[in-house]
Amino acid sequence: MSGSPWFAVRASLPPRARRVTGMMSFVLPLLLWSLVSYVPWIWHPQVAITDPGSVTYLRPGMQLERAAFAAEVARAQQQRRAPPVGYAANPIYLPAPHEVARAFYTAFTDPPQRRSEKWLHESLWESIQVIFWGFVLSSLIGVPLGILAGTFDFVSRLFEPFVEFFRYLPAPAFGALAVAILGIYQAPKIAIIFIGTFFQQVLVVANTTRKLDPTLLEAAQTLGARNPALLLRVVIPGIVTDLFRDMRVLLGWAWTYLIVAELIGTSSGITWFITQQARYKNFDNVYAAIMMIGIIGLATDLLLAWLGRRIFPWQKTAARG
Amino acid sequence: MNGEVRNCRGEAPALELPSYRDQSPAVRERLARLRRRPVLLEVEGLGKTFATAQGPVTALRDINFKTRRREFVCVIGPSGCGKSTLIRILAGLESHDSGRVLLDGKAVAGPGPDRGMVFQGYTLFPWLTVKKNVMFGLEMAGRGRLAAEEEAMQWIDLVGLNKFARCYPHQLSGGMKQRVAIARALANQPRILLMDEPFGALDAQTRARMQAYLMEIWANIDITIVFITHDLDEAVFLADRILVLKAHPGEVSELIEVPVAQPRRPEQLLAPEFLATRRHIEKLIHPPAAEPGLNEDQLNMVRMVSVKDEVGSVF
Repeated sequence: MSGSPWFAVRASLPPRARRVTGMMSFVLPLLLWSLVSYVPWIWHPQVAITDPGSVTYLRPGMQLERAAFAAEVARAQQQRRAPPVGYAANPIYLPAPHEVARAFYTAFTDPPQRRSEKWLHESLWESIQVIFWGFVLSSLIGVPLGILAGTFDFVSRLFEPFVEFFRYLPAPAFGALAVAILGIYQAPKIAIIFIGTFFQQVLVVANTTRKLDPTLLEAAQTLGARNPALLLRVVIPGIVTDLFRDMRVLLGWAWTYLIVAELIGTSSGITWFITQQARYKNFDNVYAAIMMIGIIGLATDLLLAWLGRRIFPWQKTAARG
Repeated sequence: MNGEVRNCRGEAPALELPSYRDQSPAVRERLARLRRRPVLLEVEGLGKTFATAQGPVTALRDINFKTRRREFVCVIGPSGCGKSTLIRILAGLESHDSGRVLLDGKAVAGPGPDRGMVFQGYTLFPWLTVKKNVMFGLEMAGRGRLAAEEEAMQWIDLVGLNKFARCYPHQLSGGMKQRVAIARALANQPRILLMDEPFGALDAQTRARMQAYLMEIWANIDITIVFITHDLDEAVFLADRILVLKAHPGEVSELIEVPVAQPRRPEQLLAPEFLATRRHIEKLIHPPAAEPGLNEDQLNMVRMVSVKDEVGSVF
């Protein structure tokens, strides 16, 4: 045992170091963001006006480039008029951490700008429903088909070449078609999630099924297991832990299709909220909404991982890292 | 236990050994009785060819032998002799090109519960507890859950794993896993138990213990065993008869009657008839190199330590 434990090849860190390092992976980006936001001499390319002085086109709260501001100050001083006053600021598309943190709360409490518009939680709920139905419909067909393709060469030959071809077609390319067929509301969005998930799912599940130790199937056969039992009592329980892990990965992919899907037809859900807030230049709300997607995704994944450990007690190692 | 036996692997054994064909009256009588038992498994002119990228390769050619009821047969041979292919054909997991395999006079087609199999890699179902693993075959045979459970517990009891009935395979040691695999195969009450190097992955002590367990189980229940191994001591210690195969192509080299008295005890590993049989098989499997220079056992070694070195010689 020589050298530092931090860079030992393929050896896990001591538990404390593991925890701390895991936390650092969130703390470091936050720290970087805070530095850029709160230390005035780092970046801050603009000046926010507090007092326009004698410059007629400036208003308090307005931001302009540092060079332009300096020119205005110089001109005012030259003409012996009151110079504008302001402080160094970042562009409005980079709000400070505390502003985004506040937006996390106010996004839920502030009523929508217009009567017809939805609250944030309503938008989020809409998105979650689209993801849910797209993923469930895809899984209802994709998982059984994948298992059959991984078990029987006939099914594999019959479906996989086409699936292999279809998965290269980008799901958003079907947007216009989906709207023409399914209307402008939720249905085409669910269809995009479905198209984006399904074809990958069949291939991933088929590959996972193929990875099942073939000697388990042989052992089952010498114990008298025949076709339907072989599938139901050996193949499915044999792959279910890996299948569960695949589903977690695939659910992550489904989220990436959400944003495109929600732009199709009438913009809806969290995407509508994000584009709307960007239009009002409420960038703190935009960041908050993007982070909410991340938090929901990570939370579902952790929940599923925890659930996996509970329902598959034969798993040797915990399903994490 | 095996250490002293291993030492006699040299070309010129100091011991004067009898011929492996010499049988004591008791052994001769027992083997004569064995030959009168009904035939259980019959292999006739069995052949198997694999198609490979380099063209067809004959794995097995014209294998013939009979196994009688409650006999213990070991199959041994150099690597590449097709012993695993043979047992997989017997189990019905592999097809054959010529000849036939008869169990109780009926041709074998595909795997079935009348031929139990124990694999080297344990092959326990990781998602089932020990008890459920043993119940698997019983449930496949259509036994009710309660009956299957009761029967399974009896077999688990037989291999001494009651306390572990509710454990999952990953919680067991290698020897325990293989005991579960044996119980699982036996629970179906097969006519024959096929074992493919079942103790190959176990350490020496565990292997010796497992051999003793297996002999005890074999002596007490109605089971015929075909056991594949590459361990000479294991083959001589366990078998009534040993089928020695030779490689390229896999053919029967000799079918040897083991002249060691039953029941077997570990002390017999040093008995003259044991050593004689062992030495004979050793010669069959590793014949002395015919052409000089082709002996792959000999390393092309030169001295790489200075003569003046502090430790100039290991002797």
